[in-house]
Amino acid sequence: MTVNWIQTPHTRASDLEVSHDGIPPGKEAIYAQEPVLSARNLVITFGRVVGLDGVDLDLYPGEVLAVIGDNGAGKSTLIKCLTGAYVPNSGTITMNGREVSFKKPQDAREAGIETVYQQLAVIPALDIASNLYLAREDRRKGPLGSIFRMLDKKGMERRAGEAVQNLGIQTIQNMGQAVETLSGGQRQAVAVARAAAFGSKVVVLDEPTAALGVKESGMVLDMIKQLRDKGLSIILVSHNMPHVWEVADRIHIQRLGGRAGVITPESHDMGEGVAIMTGAKKLGGTATPAAEAPRADAVHEGSRGSEGTRAGHVEDAPADRGDRP
Amino acid sequence: MSTDVTTAAAEFARRQQSPVQRLQSQLHKRPWLSPLFLLFVAFLSFFIATPTFLTANSMGILLQQTAIIAALAVGQTLIILTAGIDLSVGAIMVLSMMVMASLAQDGGMPGILALLIGILLAVGAGFLNGILVTRINLPPFIVTLGTLSIFTAIALLYSGGASIQAPRLPRLLNFLGEGFGIGGFRLTWGVILVGVIYAVVAFVLSQTAWGRYVYAVGDDPESARLSGVPSKRILLGVYTVAGLIYGIAAWILIGRAGAATPNAIPDANLQSITAVVIGGTSLFGGRGRLVGTLIGALIVQTLQFGLSQMGVDQQWRVLATGILVIIAVAVDQWIRKVKA
Repeated sequence: MTVNWIQTPHTRASDLEVSHDGIPPGKEAIYAQEPVLSARNLVITFGRVVGLDGVDLDLYPGEVLAVIGDNGAGKSTLIKCLTGAYVPNSGTITMNGREVSFKKPQDAREAGIETVYQQLAVIPALDIASNLYLAREDRRKGPLGSIFRMLDKKGMERRAGEAVQNLGIQTIQNMGQAVETLSGGQRQAVAVARAAAFGSKVVVLDEPTAALGVKESGMVLDMIKQLRDKGLSIILVSHNMPHVWEVADRIHIQRLGGRAGVITPESHDMGEGVAIMTGAKKLGGTATPAAEAPRADAVHEGSRGSEGTRAGHVEDAPADRGDRP
Repeated sequence: MSTDVTTAAAEFARRQQSPVQRLQSQLHKRPWLSPLFLLFVAFLSFFIATPTFLTANSMGILLQQTAIIAALAVGQTLIILTAGIDLSVGAIMVLSMMVMASLAQDGGMPGILALLIGILLAVGAGFLNGILVTRINLPPFIVTLGTLSIFTAIALLYSGGASIQAPRLPRLLNFLGEGFGIGGFRLTWGVILVGVIYAVVAFVLSQTAWGRYVYAVGDDPESARLSGVPSKRILLGVYTVAGLIYGIAAWILIGRAGAATPNAIPDANLQSITAVVIGGTSLFGGRGRLVGTLIGALIVQTLQFGLSQMGVDQQWRVLATGILVIIAVAVDQWIRKVKA
């Protein structure tokens, strides 16, 4: 792809329309349902720095919702609030209409939200089946399991194979193969399979293609589409605009700790998306109350928290593009 | 896309391999094969070189000599699998041995009580190592370097540097030196106990979740933690179990040496590490098998024993052990380079 998506000479960014309820054409049925995961008015502060300033998010069953935003826009803070790594100061999170409160990542995991971390969290020396079942091993039936604590290795290997097959992941085949012998894309597939295989409803992927080459990235993107087609809901955090525009159903744009807009790949092109993300186009609408002024002050006073700078760095973005030759 | 991948994978599986590559890939799958081969070569060489080597009597002595280091090497293997190292193995064993012997000498305390206190002390020493590693976050090398001196000093202070001979000890403490003969081949209870330790720990490592976590923590502690493995608890458990094994080794050593001596096996630390490394366990953690360690301990002792049977000086035996370690690690590095 050689699209110059930073500067689109034909459109003036300030003329763009931004919506909060864009629905991808042909998928109206999905959005008629109740969201599987909803966040309302999430607020979190780190000292004087506002991490999230009243963010709303809706994730529907069987959709890929991309979350994009500049460095420090609050993407990872938002994700951490949804997966129990941070506890928001205020705001509500509901799953299937029921309010939930995650104090630690294990809580979110038990509620059916699995996270695939950027650093992958797979153990190279163990085989694929052992990795899929790591920290949730099955024991043998009878006294062998209860007294001698023997693992049901054969059963786990078989069920791991079935789970991977059910998920439609074809890049990993032999469950007894050590993960260290796999390629980067296959390791990503193992991590994703583990997140998706155990009855989870929501899978959060943090920069899944950042470390991969073109072919491997394509493999991971195909896998994301397959999981979506199986009915899983996926939140995809990515800096890579071509990848986002390829797989996302809707795109949630974070900017300065707030939600700048939710668009679809059909309603806006990459250049427009980046324009909204970097603030070249501001939203005159409803969902980002009390826009930039107070937070900008906080930053200019130098009180930067864990979120780092909030200033736009458009020139950083292309470095993350995975489509090198 | 996916069909491309499967075809490519199938093609890759069908690719031509040279005999050397095939050997390399087999050794990668079974890392204990190369030490086993080494052991075989050592046996064959000594069999040819000296007529007294491969006799029932010699084999019994070889096993008894191997028992102590082999037992210590079990604890060392557990710790090295977690990417740690234990320099205090010998010190913990000696401290535990001196305490159990002192308490029980001349009927001062029932043998069983002295034994339990000695073993519990070793468990506590291992636990202390584990606490320093997991709570204070000190590197295992530094922690055990420190406790090596501390435990050695305590053992010397406590015993006054004096040995306690077997006749002054209750029978229970000497028991593991006893055994039975099958022809000229003498098997002691100590050797049998070491066999039991190997069987139990090998089972735990390969068949239980705890064993899997030991490998996971050693390979990538952060990933293990993110996956839900209680990394610190596993580490603390490993150091504590290692302490227990050193305590049992202390008991075996009294029986073998016929005395409790503060400077019983001065190079126990290095010999146990050598056995683990020759056995194919990676010093970087996460890779290795306990059976490899057993073979490694046998190799070290076979070399020592065989050379001494041939009348070779102690210095030359030490030199040979050094060369062996370097060859073993070089071979190990080569095996690891195998692709898929």
